[in-house]
Amino acid sequence: MTTMVTAPERTGTHKSPLTPRKPRNRKSVVLTLVTGIALIYSLIPLVWLLINSTKTQDGLASSFGLWFDDGHFALWDNIRETLTYNDGIFVRWLGNTLFYVIVGAGGATFLAVLAGYGLAKFDFPGKKGVFAIVIGAVAVPGTALAVPTFLMFSKMGLTNTPWAVIIPSLITPFGLYLMWTFTEQAIPTEIIEAARVDGAGEFRIFFRLAVPLLAPGIVTVLLFSMVATWNNYFLPLIMLKDPDWYPLTVGLNAWNAQAQTAGGDVVFNLVITGSMLTILPLLAAFLLLQRYWQSGLAAGSVKE
Amino acid sequence: MADIAVPRRRSWTGWRFVGPFMAVFALVFLAPIVYSIYLSLFKNRLIGGNSFVGLDNYQQALTDPNFWSSVGRVSIFLVVQVPIMLFIALLVALAIDSGRLYGKSFFRISIFLPYAVPAVVATLMWGFIYGTQFGLVGNINDAFNITLPDPLSPSLILTSIGNIVTWEFVGYNMLIFYSALRTIPTTLYESAEIDGAGELRIIRSIKLPAIRGALVIATIFSIIGSFQLFNEPSILQNVAPNAITTYFTPNLYAYSLSFSGQQYNYSATVAIVMGVITMVIAYVVQLRGTKES
Repeated sequence: MTTMVTAPERTGTHKSPLTPRKPRNRKSVVLTLVTGIALIYSLIPLVWLLINSTKTQDGLASSFGLWFDDGHFALWDNIRETLTYNDGIFVRWLGNTLFYVIVGAGGATFLAVLAGYGLAKFDFPGKKGVFAIVIGAVAVPGTALAVPTFLMFSKMGLTNTPWAVIIPSLITPFGLYLMWTFTEQAIPTEIIEAARVDGAGEFRIFFRLAVPLLAPGIVTVLLFSMVATWNNYFLPLIMLKDPDWYPLTVGLNAWNAQAQTAGGDVVFNLVITGSMLTILPLLAAFLLLQRYWQSGLAAGSVKE
Repeated sequence: MADIAVPRRRSWTGWRFVGPFMAVFALVFLAPIVYSIYLSLFKNRLIGGNSFVGLDNYQQALTDPNFWSSVGRVSIFLVVQVPIMLFIALLVALAIDSGRLYGKSFFRISIFLPYAVPAVVATLMWGFIYGTQFGLVGNINDAFNITLPDPLSPSLILTSIGNIVTWEFVGYNMLIFYSALRTIPTTLYESAEIDGAGELRIIRSIKLPAIRGALVIATIFSIIGSFQLFNEPSILQNVAPNAITTYFTPNLYAYSLSFSGQQYNYSATVAIVMGVITMVIAYVVQLRGTKES
């Protein structure tokens, strides 16, 4: 397992994966402290979110932002209220988000792995064209496409349905690029040739032989498309009118905007607790799958 | 490079793998581009309905002060925020790669974490922190009995947005740089040390040239990101309605034109003009970045 994960990272650039890297360096307290500034900058807002999810609506206003509100630990109340407010709409949004992530990010990863393998291991008519178009598309601002996509989808009757959010999420040019470079390094063409000689079909070779070897790359692409789909805001914002189809991001902002409308219910404590619940699954995924996606990213960067 | 690795005869088999991706790609990338070009050539009038107007919309966009003020704003953002963010990311990546940090994996993962936070949550969170009423800025004002400048005022709002975007993406760029640094063979450092080169010299002569490709890619992605700026200003509009206009960024302008103004044709034109500007600048950066090596 270990060799499989780290091997692509080192292909052709390192003398031996077993040699510990630069044992000559002594640790530096000064450098640690200076870099610590960036660490604090990155973590303080998350700490703020965690602390303030334990406060009531009144406590938010009356207590210091980076410390707890004395005597009022309302975290469990906040979580309960977040999950039940407005007939439990938050749970519905969570379900929608999970659905968009599973179908959208799962589908995007599948298409990218399939196409990346095709580009890396086959020569076919129009290959150069495919490559040029996809690389060119990376430079097209995605959100600039959103308005025309909306108009097109509304002609097709797709707006205000989950498909309007899922279909555009199915394409990740970055994922395709990563899988293409990853496949070239991780799968020797001789193995494929040998399997062909043994009479295996192309898709059998792909699923039985290639997919296991591509695991770190697949996890990386999956994780990054999960983040993109989970965090998607602009697309669902314009595509969906019905709050029942909202993902968490659009729903949370609707709660926050409520305070600005006349007579709207001010629920900042729920916005904060809901935000915390929204980011927890992703932070957990990144922490638990570290070794996979970090080696996957490294392999992608070898080729620039 | 793919052609060298694949000594296979040409056949259509590859399309069975690439085909599904390309089919969806055509639907969500190519079709909207073609459709928006089509839209941009028409105009919908109260009297006379939908009619072909040639390049009139483009002429209108090129002389539209609102459009250019939004382009100017994201350009300032680009010129100031992107270098700051990439510089911090590079410093942190070099520090982690130097092997001199205590707990370097903790640094690496912690600084990367904000990337996993949705832009919506990041903006809501910072929006609360910026608040002078019950935010952290307000707390500091009360505690020290001072009046800090309001981060949500018209003069500071762009800086405040810059801070949010920097917070979100420093870790991501750091990781790209760090991954590139890790691919440098250690033998290079060893021979440089034998030659008596110090750490700074190694950074200048070995590390930076070696990760040039990663630097160029990160710069291009950041340029595209800046020109697409939408989520942060759009969400902050709730708490800073006076500071953020409907034409604050080109994307916000295109969005307002479509969804508040129903001017779909003109909105598509603005999107196309902005897309072309972005592509040209990204292309120029790429050319310059790769030429000098």
